[in-house]
Amino acid sequence: MQITQQPNQQGDTVDMMVNMGPQHPSTHGVFRLVIWIDGERIVRAEPHIGYLHRGSEKLCEGEQYSQVITLFDRLDYVANLNCELAFCLAVEKLMGLEVPDRASYIRVILCELNRIASHMLFYGVYGMEAGAITPILYGFRERERIQSLFEGVTGARMMHNYIRVGGVKEDLPEDFPKRLSTLTAQLRAGIDECDKLLTNNEMFLARTKGIGTITGPDAIDYGLTGPPLRAAGVLEDVRVSDPYSIYDRFDFGIPVGTYGDCWDRYYVRMEEMRQSLVIIEQAMEQMEPGPVSAKVRRIARPPKGEVYLRTESPRGDFGVYLVSDGSDKPYRVKVRAPSFANLQALQHMLREAYVADAVVILGSIDIVLGEVDR
Amino acid sequence: MSTTDVINYGLAAAGLMVFLSVTVMFLTWLERKTLARIQMRMGPMRVGFHGTFQPIADSMKLMLKEDILPSWADRRIYWVAPVAAFVPAFLLWVTIPVSQDVVLRNMDLGLFYIVAISVLSVMGLVMAGWGSANKYAFLGGLRAAGQLISYEIPLIMAVLGVAMLTQSLDLTELVDDQATFANVLAQPLGLFIFFMAGLAELGRTPFDIHHAESEVVGGPFIEYSGAHWAVFFLAEYINTFTIAALTVLLFFGGWRWPDMPFEGDVHTALTLAWFFIKTYAVVLVIFWVRGTYPRLRIDQLMAFGWKMLVPLSFVNIVLTGVVLFYEWPMWTLTAFSLILLGGTFYLITTLPGRGLDRMTVSVYPARDLRTPATAGGAVTDADVPS
Repeated sequence: MQITQQPNQQGDTVDMMVNMGPQHPSTHGVFRLVIWIDGERIVRAEPHIGYLHRGSEKLCEGEQYSQVITLFDRLDYVANLNCELAFCLAVEKLMGLEVPDRASYIRVILCELNRIASHMLFYGVYGMEAGAITPILYGFRERERIQSLFEGVTGARMMHNYIRVGGVKEDLPEDFPKRLSTLTAQLRAGIDECDKLLTNNEMFLARTKGIGTITGPDAIDYGLTGPPLRAAGVLEDVRVSDPYSIYDRFDFGIPVGTYGDCWDRYYVRMEEMRQSLVIIEQAMEQMEPGPVSAKVRRIARPPKGEVYLRTESPRGDFGVYLVSDGSDKPYRVKVRAPSFANLQALQHMLREAYVADAVVILGSIDIVLGEVDR
Repeated sequence: MSTTDVINYGLAAAGLMVFLSVTVMFLTWLERKTLARIQMRMGPMRVGFHGTFQPIADSMKLMLKEDILPSWADRRIYWVAPVAAFVPAFLLWVTIPVSQDVVLRNMDLGLFYIVAISVLSVMGLVMAGWGSANKYAFLGGLRAAGQLISYEIPLIMAVLGVAMLTQSLDLTELVDDQATFANVLAQPLGLFIFFMAGLAELGRTPFDIHHAESEVVGGPFIEYSGAHWAVFFLAEYINTFTIAALTVLLFFGGWRWPDMPFEGDVHTALTLAWFFIKTYAVVLVIFWVRGTYPRLRIDQLMAFGWKMLVPLSFVNIVLTGVVLFYEWPMWTLTAFSLILLGGTFYLITTLPGRGLDRMTVSVYPARDLRTPATAGGAVTDADVPS
């Protein structure tokens, strides 16, 4: 039975190795974290990824541009629309397409809703990892509301294939404005309720304050993006610093943390949800009737060339690098996945952590394995 | 001991077993329903009216399930562990009275017996953790050992405070003594210590560290399935009910305070009902806590136990002793107790955030980033904390 600290050749004790994952409830899918522990302290941690590798990028090379969108749906399967948007924007940039205003507004509204849905999932799972079993149901209630609206718009709850090259699939349903205004009111109340349930709970504070800290310069060096970067105190948001689509038309706030600890990463996301609602409301006001798709040929053939485009997905800087050889299929697609980059800082955050902190820190990075392994 | 005695005790033990099993079944249903209510769900609805027969279906399933023995397991320890966890839980109920004369065996040293037996329950968890030959189980078992032994001390000290007030270790006498003035009025601090330590002894939220699903994936129980897992489960829920019953007996005046009216059988029935109403109220509080709070970390749990509860429980005893020795009126004890309790809550609410600000996230308007100086995707380091 090899489960105790075994003396080594010199007679000293060695650390116990614990294999967390790929089958473990707190590893967000099939992530594997090998930790060496001394009692409850983590001495060394080694993340292993690749268990969900499906070769998405290679698959993209064999599909037409319109078909690739469905593969992008399956990258970050918690925020599908944001992935679709990134790919479509990249293709449009390559083709020099002008997207009609209405289509852009629809895209922004749906993507911000998807951001809220994604952060709501994070909220629930994060509560679960800290040991509270109730938040997940509150988080899922809000996510469910958003998904049922998506179902009305796109026809699917998850794999939408709604955002197309040059616009969106079809116009919004007639009752959309009414449903959306109800939804935003519900979400506003729901976010506040979720906030009240967990944020200032003494035990939650004790579990997350000062845990897994990373400083701003370190965060930049590790290439963190999105909420983990902003939690470390860096004011950076692709939507503002490198605006894509029509994000330069909205006035919203960017939540920024101070210490870069788990609580900051958590609360940055809570605040981001509120700001997303602000964007949605502005977009609803500015939106006008019109066409929802540019005139594009059924089979898109972008000119020879390459393009890189980055967007702000709920997890961070989601970049798409696209090479076209002029045919109807991309020559090469490379995805700069924010989860993958953010995950690299895990080892740094896990220094001097306890076993129980490991799951909280991993949860605060909010990875989606579909995107990490691709 | 004559044959009839043996038969009588056998019947009584069997009756107790049935009572506890039914209680546990009801508790599982009640917990699922309570949590469902907290979480805006329905809970079990399919089996019987509002899932009333769900516990029966569950136990049938557990009995019919395959018992898995991991190939690395220390076989004897692995099989004995559930029994080692269950027996102390069962034995405690031999002396816990539910009404004046409704008790299997009242003892003069009842409280002492309870304290002594309840310490044994840690054995089952440690054995399960060791016997499973699983690293998570092992971690969980060690966590259980550390946690349960640490929290025995404040638990026993809180019980001692009550025993000092009553000058007796007999549970029935303890209740009689509270007929007009329940101990909770004299020792709110004692109740707080007892309840917190009790929750930790049970391993329930926020102290469910040894079987934390998100960390050690069920801890000592990770490898168990079927009937053996059910026995652990039974022990856990019996313990929950025991702590609730003891809280009522020691602090809320059991079946008295206030006394039930009438005489004879009607009186007995009323006292029984009163006792169970109180006990289930405490049980519901335990479920409520489970639905609300996150889990503490092991070092925070130990710090809370040794730096907070243990000193407090000693202070509680000293205070009780001083008040009793100088024969000060009982309200002075209440006042001291409340002051200390207030101080404790103050410490609890300020300590976790010690040295760290509460609100560390601020919202910057997007137009700040859009000013010409920083436009163009440049990262600003103005907000990087030094």
